[in-house]
Amino acid sequence: MFGRLTIDSLPFYSAVAASGAAVTVLGGLAVAGAITYFGAWRMVMTQWVSSVDHKKIGIMYIMLALVMLLRGFVDAAMMRSQQAIAYNSEGYLPPDHFDQIFSSHGTIMIFFMAMPFLSGLANLIVPQQIGSRDVAFPFMNSVSLWLTTAGAGLMLISLVVGKFSTAGWTAYPPYSGVEYTPGVGVDYWLWMVFIAGFGTTMTGINFLVTIIKNRAPGMTMFRLPLFTWTILITSVLIIFAFPALTVACAMLILDRNFGFHFFTNAMGGNMMNYINLFWLWGHPEVYILILPAFGVFSEVVSTFSQKRLFGYISLVLATCAIGLLSFTVWLHHFFTMGSSAKVNSFFGTMTTIISVPTGVKVFDWLLTMYRGRIIFKPPMLFTIGFLVTFVIGGLSGVLLALPPIDYLMHNTTFLVAHFHNMIIPGVLFGYLAGYMYWFPKAFGFKLNEKWGTRAFWCWIVGFYVAFMPLYVLGMLGMPRRMEHYDIAAWQPHLIVAGIGAFIILLGMICLAVQLVVSIRERNQALDLSGDPWNGRSLEWATSSPAAPYNFAVLPKVESRDAWWDMKQRGVAYERPAEYEDIVMPKNTYAGLVIGVAGGVFGFAAIWWMWWLALLSLAVIAAAIIYRASDDDDEFVMTASEVKAIEDERFAQLAKAPKNEMADEPGFAGEPAPEPAE
Amino acid sequence: MSSVARMTISPRDAERYEEKDFGFWLYLMSDAVIFACLFATYLVMVGNTAGGPTPKDVFELDRAAAETALLLLSSTTFGVAAVALSAGDRGKVLLWLAVTFLLGAGFIFLEIGEFTGMIAQGAGPDRSGFLSAFFTLVGTHGFHVSVGLVWIVVMFAQVFFKGLTAPVASRFMRLGLFWHFLDIIWVVIFSVVYLPGVL
Repeated sequence: MFGRLTIDSLPFYSAVAASGAAVTVLGGLAVAGAITYFGAWRMVMTQWVSSVDHKKIGIMYIMLALVMLLRGFVDAAMMRSQQAIAYNSEGYLPPDHFDQIFSSHGTIMIFFMAMPFLSGLANLIVPQQIGSRDVAFPFMNSVSLWLTTAGAGLMLISLVVGKFSTAGWTAYPPYSGVEYTPGVGVDYWLWMVFIAGFGTTMTGINFLVTIIKNRAPGMTMFRLPLFTWTILITSVLIIFAFPALTVACAMLILDRNFGFHFFTNAMGGNMMNYINLFWLWGHPEVYILILPAFGVFSEVVSTFSQKRLFGYISLVLATCAIGLLSFTVWLHHFFTMGSSAKVNSFFGTMTTIISVPTGVKVFDWLLTMYRGRIIFKPPMLFTIGFLVTFVIGGLSGVLLALPPIDYLMHNTTFLVAHFHNMIIPGVLFGYLAGYMYWFPKAFGFKLNEKWGTRAFWCWIVGFYVAFMPLYVLGMLGMPRRMEHYDIAAWQPHLIVAGIGAFIILLGMICLAVQLVVSIRERNQALDLSGDPWNGRSLEWATSSPAAPYNFAVLPKVESRDAWWDMKQRGVAYERPAEYEDIVMPKNTYAGLVIGVAGGVFGFAAIWWMWWLALLSLAVIAAAIIYRASDDDDEFVMTASEVKAIEDERFAQLAKAPKNEMADEPGFAGEPAPEPAE
Repeated sequence: MSSVARMTISPRDAERYEEKDFGFWLYLMSDAVIFACLFATYLVMVGNTAGGPTPKDVFELDRAAAETALLLLSSTTFGVAAVALSAGDRGKVLLWLAVTFLLGAGFIFLEIGEFTGMIAQGAGPDRSGFLSAFFTLVGTHGFHVSVGLVWIVVMFAQVFFKGLTAPVASRFMRLGLFWHFLDIIWVVIFSVVYLPGVL
């Protein structure tokens, strides 16, 4: 009945594990309690979880990402504090628990923080940037969200029921095979990645179709805003890279649960094949994460320099080139695994070449700022912090791209420092910049700047203090993932790194305070115009938050920086003579049902409750067949309803103060006069 | 899409169906990558027999040929159903869908027989890396065909109850893409797995 799930699976074996479980359970109860307290269940159920509106789906993705960022950060802080005190001592984390923590930290940050954050920003912004009313497949979008959430849910459940994997976020066999790691840990990892991966693949398909097919009239490919371009290339990478992950996970599942021999030591297994398949996905994944952040930086840097983006075409081409090259470098993740010198030098060369388009981008951003009138709002601070820090990470990457040097640095903390040096400024800063930049678009008021600035300084200073010592430690030869050590020279660096983690903690606190303060003081920071930064692309043409249909009348695009161009020509905020009916997708619970059933399936498969697994598969199949037979999934918003919403919007616009950033000559940001009746 | 275009549908619906077709093509491409990874794995592992049976010992060319014949034929009959759909002949669509289903089910029947026979001989997927790769590659294709069979049943019911409406016809076309795609994959399986195995 319960498979291998027994009472011993509950975390009463250690105080640290039990308190982690308690925090998770109490956190869940607190959310449920808060919704009950505010009497919001009906609203949550009818307007949010059943929603197929890309903006709401985007917001839910980002909420998920922020929760998981906190969880992943707690793991990081636990590792840093353990290593700071673990010189010739056991510290407070037993080895098995420490291993679970570094595994869950990597898994969370990649799969359940960065990926949902990326999907969230894309959902929120891309349809508005291309002048579309929706994504191509709104229902599939909801399925993607709930499958991703199901994966994240399993991640949280693993903290309460059973133990997590100790095999790192990459789960390399043969260690992750059943022979060396029995128990449910690796199965948790496999099933959550497998399930969330399906959601991501669907997101990729959805956005590629949306961007190719749903652009507003006149929005040619070379007028697409850079963020949309990066999401386009990211979608291509997702569609072609994620299948490799799915295959690698499926094979390891078969090995572990059904006695197959893909990656075992004996019986003809070949564990190198896992590592090839994993990085065939894993390296493009790096660019799946980083390209959208590059998109955000491009938008932010031109808006806050009050200038057109320098080298638009070269940025687009660099994005495409990175997309292509990202499939030619995967082997640099295992230079030391015995490939021939020829193979290693090919991949070493490709890895170095990929830094060329990235360098092009850095110069484009710098030249966009050159002679611009830079406004130092928090998103711009994150962008500048990224530019400086990212270049350092890139240089250490070029070092690691040389196979002989990689032999020395392999599996040391130098590597840990390098990829955090890419991913924290390159991905996280980008997403945080995007979060602060587009927050008013999502909610209709701006985030507090003072706390945003504080968050930035804590993050950037904390980053340097936490990770520069790891470069040094790597050169001193410290392997990564050490639970305790007996070399005195390492400890001072690890203490400094621990202090860095503490400074980043202050940055996390600043982010939380920023959100609370902003919500409390929202009436002082309302964004009535829909264009709080004097923006350049079409998402600033809609109200904040945008109406369900985004654009009452689809915009006609006549140049790059379409919205800026409209403001220059004085045709922004034009009121159409009449409105027409708009066909909208209906809300549905089918996406939620598929996601929940997917999560239940994963849980059942992890614990070998095969009857429950079959039952949940049947529910998924039933939901899909029901949905596939339902021709009545749209409703019509009548012209008069549209007019009522738009009238309110224009009334709000009339009240909007002149844009504080509108000192550019020729700014036409003021609302157009009411047309004569 | 010609058949759908001939029905009276609004330009907006036509656009929606085109988007869905495009999205489905993208899905097929990503599925093709899954098969590419499985093929690569098979080719890497085909020699890893761990002292167990080799391809020559376990493959029966007769059975593989019969499976091929059934599957290719089912693609043809699906094509006949698509022609009937274009002609608006609901009865014929139902008839040829049913025939396609039977041929597909025959393929699955033979494949299950092949698999159970191999397992009974001690050549199951847990015997060696080669057999793991074989069962996973061919089994994944078989799983896709089974999903296609369920889809055919759903399609049959939709045509039966809803008639040849535009949404039904649009779904029918995507089922066709899926079914023919599986055919192509099978041709590759036959040429990469079975033929070199027995020759």
